[in-house]
Amino acid sequence: MTSAPSTSREVKLSCRNVWKIYGDTAQSHFTARQGDIGDEDTAKAHAQNIRDAGDIVASANVSFDVHVGEIFVIMGLSGSGKSTIVRCLSRLVEPTAGEILFNGENLLDQTPQQLIEFRRHKMGMVFQNFGLMPHLNVLDNVAFPLELQGIPLAKRRAKAAQVIELVGLTGREDSFPRQLSGGQQQRVGIARSLAVEPDLWFLDEPFSALDPLIRRQMQDEFLRIQAELNKSIVFITHDFLEALRIADRMAIMRDGQVVQIGRPVDLILNPADDYVREFTNDVPWEMVLTAGDIVLPGDAATDGLQVVDATESLLDLLPVLAAHEEGVAVRDSAGQITGVIKARDFVRALASGSEATTQAAQ
Amino acid sequence: MSRHTQPLVWATLAALTVVLHALSGPLTYLVTYPDAWVASPTDAMNAGMQAFVGVFGPMFKVVGSILEWPIWAAQNVLRIVPWSVVALLFVVLGYAASGWRLAAFVAVSLLYMAGIGFWAESMNSLAIVLISVPMALAVGFGFGVWGAYSERAKRIIMPMLDLLQTIPAFAYLLPILILFGFGTTVGLVSSILYAFPPMVRNTILGLRAVPSEIVEAGLISGATPSQLFWKVKMPAARAQMLLGVNQTTMASLSMVIIASIIGGTNDIGWEVLSTIRKAQFGESLLVGFVIALIAMVLDRITYGFATKDRAMSGAKAQRALWTYTLIGAAVLAALSLVVPFFAQWPATWVFDPAPQMNAALEYVVINGRVAIETLKNSAFFFLMLPVKIGLGKAVSPFTWGFALTPALIAGYAVIVAAFAAWAYIKGKRTLAALALLAGAFLFVGLTNISWLVLLVSLVCASYFISGRNLAIGTGLGLLFLIVAGIWPQTVLSLYLCGLGVLVCFIFGTGIGIWASESKTVSAIVRPIIDTLQTMPLFVILIPFVMVFKIGEFTALLAVIAYAIVPAIRYTEHGLRNLPESVTEAATAIGATRRQLLFKVKLPLALPAIMLGLNQTIIYAIGMLVIAALVGTNGLGQQIYIGLGDGDFGVGMTAGIGMAVIAMIADRMTQAVSKRKQDEYGLSTDAP
Ligand SMILES: Nc1ncnc2c1ncn2[C@@H]1O[C@H](COP(=O)(O)OP(=O)(O)OP(=O)(O)O)[C@@H](O)[C@H]1O
Ligand SMILES: [Mg+2]
Repeated sequence: MTSAPSTSREVKLSCRNVWKIYGDTAQSHFTARQGDIGDEDTAKAHAQNIRDAGDIVASANVSFDVHVGEIFVIMGLSGSGKSTIVRCLSRLVEPTAGEILFNGENLLDQTPQQLIEFRRHKMGMVFQNFGLMPHLNVLDNVAFPLELQGIPLAKRRAKAAQVIELVGLTGREDSFPRQLSGGQQQRVGIARSLAVEPDLWFLDEPFSALDPLIRRQMQDEFLRIQAELNKSIVFITHDFLEALRIADRMAIMRDGQVVQIGRPVDLILNPADDYVREFTNDVPWEMVLTAGDIVLPGDAATDGLQVVDATESLLDLLPVLAAHEEGVAVRDSAGQITGVIKARDFVRALASGSEATTQAAQ
Repeated sequence: MSRHTQPLVWATLAALTVVLHALSGPLTYLVTYPDAWVASPTDAMNAGMQAFVGVFGPMFKVVGSILEWPIWAAQNVLRIVPWSVVALLFVVLGYAASGWRLAAFVAVSLLYMAGIGFWAESMNSLAIVLISVPMALAVGFGFGVWGAYSERAKRIIMPMLDLLQTIPAFAYLLPILILFGFGTTVGLVSSILYAFPPMVRNTILGLRAVPSEIVEAGLISGATPSQLFWKVKMPAARAQMLLGVNQTTMASLSMVIIASIIGGTNDIGWEVLSTIRKAQFGESLLVGFVIALIAMVLDRITYGFATKDRAMSGAKAQRALWTYTLIGAAVLAALSLVVPFFAQWPATWVFDPAPQMNAALEYVVINGRVAIETLKNSAFFFLMLPVKIGLGKAVSPFTWGFALTPALIAGYAVIVAAFAAWAYIKGKRTLAALALLAGAFLFVGLTNISWLVLLVSLVCASYFISGRNLAIGTGLGLLFLIVAGIWPQTVLSLYLCGLGVLVCFIFGTGIGIWASESKTVSAIVRPIIDTLQTMPLFVILIPFVMVFKIGEFTALLAVIAYAIVPAIRYTEHGLRNLPESVTEAATAIGATRRQLLFKVKLPLALPAIMLGLNQTIIYAIGMLVIAALVGTNGLGQQIYIGLGDGDFGVGMTAGIGMAVIAMIADRMTQAVSKRKQDEYGLSTDAP
């Protein structure tokens, strides 16, 4: 497992050696819910032992941190344990072992009463199939968490109207869920999860049920909202392109275990194994990678070279490189020249995928 | 077990049937169960009941008299409140439930009730329903919530409900009558008992079917356990529970009507019964129509609320509607103090077409006598009698026009044997053996078959269909009936019920297939079977009694009219709800419509059709007991005797007999349906 450089921001939520086992003898595999049983290989062997004993390992020794204001994406094949781990984080599912720290406090130690309070004020969740209350209209659906808190009608409706505006549904307050399109329903789900102004925001494949066009639109919307609200987010998706667009960092899961954590670009350029590469294979690299990703820092002379921004995508870089055989100089966001890219570097970067494949085969 | 066992068993039984029939002389005890071996449990049961009543009787009497209060109160309220006010409330309810059309229907129905002069009786029945429904709902809701939350509770509750629903409604009455004594309480208690199971089922179903994402969304929003139940699960399960309310209301009404058989209550059911008994058919038809209207009004209103789309009605409009209604009611109440018309439908305005109807009926019966008699006689001679007493006795110059000579018997034997041989050559050995058995049974007649052979046949059938457990259950259940000395009545019931079910199955499935292939047929059939299903049992009897008089044929027709409904419904539903991929694939391969139906759809719809058969049998048994009113001699009659004489043992034994038959038939058909479903990997739901 390659761990990625974490951002400098403070850690909001931390998931430490979390295990979830389904089966009659689930609890018997751990002593005192202690999830930290040793290094990675020990954990792998333990997971295998549990499977051999006939129980289902839905998540195994999962650890990661989510920082303040970060969008942390989880990806993996169907059944790899993505939903299980978020449900553990929100305690919809009780982890079999491990710790979940929120601002350094273990959520698993909370009493039911504390948990209800925590959910009422700190946590929001969006579901793949929306999970809207069929008997409430849009306004009351969004106000539902506030209703449970006992907030007076007028106040909660005012708050709900506010988040409804945020997700762009103003005018549909009186509609019922079944009168809305999938995209609109999911906006309601998003609005509802935001109504309590949570610090933590969990989204379990929120856009999977939507068609590609709407999905793209919702992603933009999502990024806009996040830019405004700056939550700490755990986001599950099946779609690597979606992850690319929104993720600050991401984890790839397989068989309940985390295979790799890193920035999307790290996963593309340095996949930990073939499983991770499978996910990144179809990505049109020239659109995803930027000049900054492939620039080789060095002292090569930069005088008189054409200057490009580090955020320029390779696709846009292509015609520039074609016209400037001597290469181009790359300038970062601070305006500093960081290095030079030549056509050769470009080709090497695109080839790194196949190179890695070759290495793995050896 | 080898695959030869089954044909061998059936063939042996066929041979035994004939042999025992032929040399009945010294072996009569194998044919007719000897009286000396009968150990009737009736005395013991009566003694037991007496002891029980001795100890607990006072308690039940107290409960009974407490329960009489709310009924008394409801009846008085409904009597004192002017009819115009009650009518207004119902019309508005109809409007709120599903709009103007229903409101108009309710208005017309209520005008009919008042205009025909049965307002008071209708309200008396309605009062019991109004009291029993909330109680049944409360009981059903309680059990339902328990069963929805606890898997173990569900495992106990569900078989109990199955049991309660297979027992014919009538069998409930006797123990309740004995415990609570004559009075309106009997109607109330029996209708609560009969009506609460649907609410349990729907509550469990509704609460369990709440999508997990909705529950999780509630949890994430910070719901406490009680908020989760009242604000998330209950509203999400609302529609299903309201369907439960609908079914409970209908069951309650039908039981209230049935319970009026014990008399002493001035209600609408009693009115029907006494007019039927007095052969006042015009009157009974008019009153029967009142009951049918009450049933339809209650059904449409509760169903309307259950299926209502909340999105379409604003809360504000609702409030306005009810405000206006209250004002209207107050105005009507005030008016009724001044204008008598609004207080009570004037007696002079009562419209009574009964004499004309009787005259018309008489005209029809007299002028159509030949046709009616021909129909009745041919059904009786050519269908019912052979099944009942066998071709051997049924064929005579008087019935069939010729005598049964040895040559004809030989001819019959040859035909049966030839069919069996053909099936045998085709490799269908079981079918061959079953053909022999059917041939033997038909010749000897159901009532003349050796009890031992019939017992063994049914036990073997249970074994082959479902396995050892059912076989043991069947054996024990039937042995009880034999030893208790009610075997002859049981066989009579089997005969009438079996014949009815057979006819229902053949025609019902046929109509169901037709309806599934043709929208027009479906559109015609649907409202008819919907109406038949909401009709209380007594009412269905009336037209048949009017035309065909009292007798087995009338009973058979009533059974058919009622029990054919599920056969049609399930067949159509099963055929229409097959996975589209399958039918599309078959069409793409190039199946003709005919091939598609017979080679693809029908086999796949078999589980649903079997469930329909199951319901048909339960319905037939339910009707059979009621049909005993018009002169049948089976177990139903025994129940009446028990009810009439207050003889707990007799009535109860017969009730158990009915329940045993119902349960055996239920388990067998369920087993077949289940096996087919598993084979096809389909799940079949009720329509
Ligand atoms: N209640 C349960 N009982 C037993 N096994 C379960 C349960 N819930 C999940 N699992 C198992 O845990 C594993 C992980 O499931 P999970 O729902 O987390 O997968 P996922 O990665 O979210 O898949 P998907 O992309 O299809 O949503 C699966 O093998 C699943 O069968
Ligand atoms: Mg999932």
